[in-house]
Amino acid sequence: MQTIPINTYNSPTVILELIYRLKVKDVMTRSLVSVPMGTTMRAVQHLMREKSITGVPVVSDKRLLGIVSMDDIIQALDFGYINEAVELHMTKNLIVLEDDMPVSFAISYFDRYRYHRFPVLSKDKALVGMVTTRDISTRLLWEINHEVENLERMNQSTKITDGLSRDIQSFAILKHDFENAGFASTEVKKKLKQSNVFPRTIRRAAIASYELEMNIVVHSNGGRITAEYGPHEVVITSEDSGPGIPDIDKAMEEGFSTANEWIRSLGFGAGMGLPNVRSVSDDFSITSSPSGTTVVSTIRFSDNEMKPKTTKDPTKEIETNDER
Amino acid sequence: MMNVKELSTKLEYTIFTLPDPAAQVANGYTSDLLSDVMGNAAEESVLITIQAHRNTIAVASLIGIRAIILCNGRTPSPDMVVAAEQETVALLGTAENQFTTSYRIAAALGIS
Repeated sequence: MQTIPINTYNSPTVILELIYRLKVKDVMTRSLVSVPMGTTMRAVQHLMREKSITGVPVVSDKRLLGIVSMDDIIQALDFGYINEAVELHMTKNLIVLEDDMPVSFAISYFDRYRYHRFPVLSKDKALVGMVTTRDISTRLLWEINHEVENLERMNQSTKITDGLSRDIQSFAILKHDFENAGFASTEVKKKLKQSNVFPRTIRRAAIASYELEMNIVVHSNGGRITAEYGPHEVVITSEDSGPGIPDIDKAMEEGFSTANEWIRSLGFGAGMGLPNVRSVSDDFSITSSPSGTTVVSTIRFSDNEMKPKTTKDPTKEIETNDER
Repeated sequence: MMNVKELSTKLEYTIFTLPDPAAQVANGYTSDLLSDVMGNAAEESVLITIQAHRNTIAVASLIGIRAIILCNGRTPSPDMVVAAEQETVALLGTAENQFTTSYRIAAALGIS
């Protein structure tokens, strides 16, 4: 039985599921640098320096014959056979992994054998990749980050009282996380829709929350969007942890933007974000320092807008009355 | 007023996804700047753009855009198609540029 250097007994299930769900093929490097038989040890030495790698597999027709390690090269230099062919001096007793094995196997192999890398073979024994501890830690960090994000999202909607009144939603927003951008605003929109808020009000709240969310993604080091629902309004607050806006008046000008080229190429950084938020808000405030920026946008359910769409269902009618 | 299915057939657009063929479009907006779209596009619009990624879907769904036409032969990323399906936004494509697409859609919708 292989051991894994974490406590598999009472570790969080998310983490355990992760190291069993992830396969070696999910973490391995597929872009392989290999050499055929007949290559000299010298050539491998140059290849290592050029590509900054420490182990090169020797391959014939996709079959792995051996690996030339940094140590093999040092030996070759020491004993003067650096100009000889790799097949004479490569390491042949190899420990290999299969691409379908769970990552937990790879972790325990690293623990047990003290090698820096393992070649990965497919079911039909062809060399398909290499895996290093770095590959594993990078991928695990990425996955753990992803899982924690999901957990945070599941816990973030805290209901305080029934109905719309006094409800608070809070969303963590990560720097440059374009993939999940729009999540907070979609939730705000959903919430208001369920509560039968007039569509134009929903639209205003959606615009404010989306622009604030994107500002955090594009410009900040990360932050948080909070939506507080009252009987007559929703207050959307955006807080981030810096680096702050040097000139707020400039930032409020339409068309002024500090976004870089690649952000603009995604269609952001038009310099309309904050002006858009201000124009849809009933109350708007912004404060900024190098330690962070806070924007508060209040969207009121003005009377004529609060009227729900024609509700024929009497139970619905009662619900909306409660929420006023 | 026209539904997205009729529009795509009439103007021979590539269909990447058409979750609600009967969705009505009444207007259009042409822009590649998402904040500009956010602030200015009318509801029930078709968005004419080259922004082929999923943030465009987020913007569209937040402000009630029914269909997106990707111009200049751009193809959507796979996650954009998935997002479009989830948010019920039609995702169409054409080799034409934004200008041509805009006036042809305006003509088809009877706006001019």
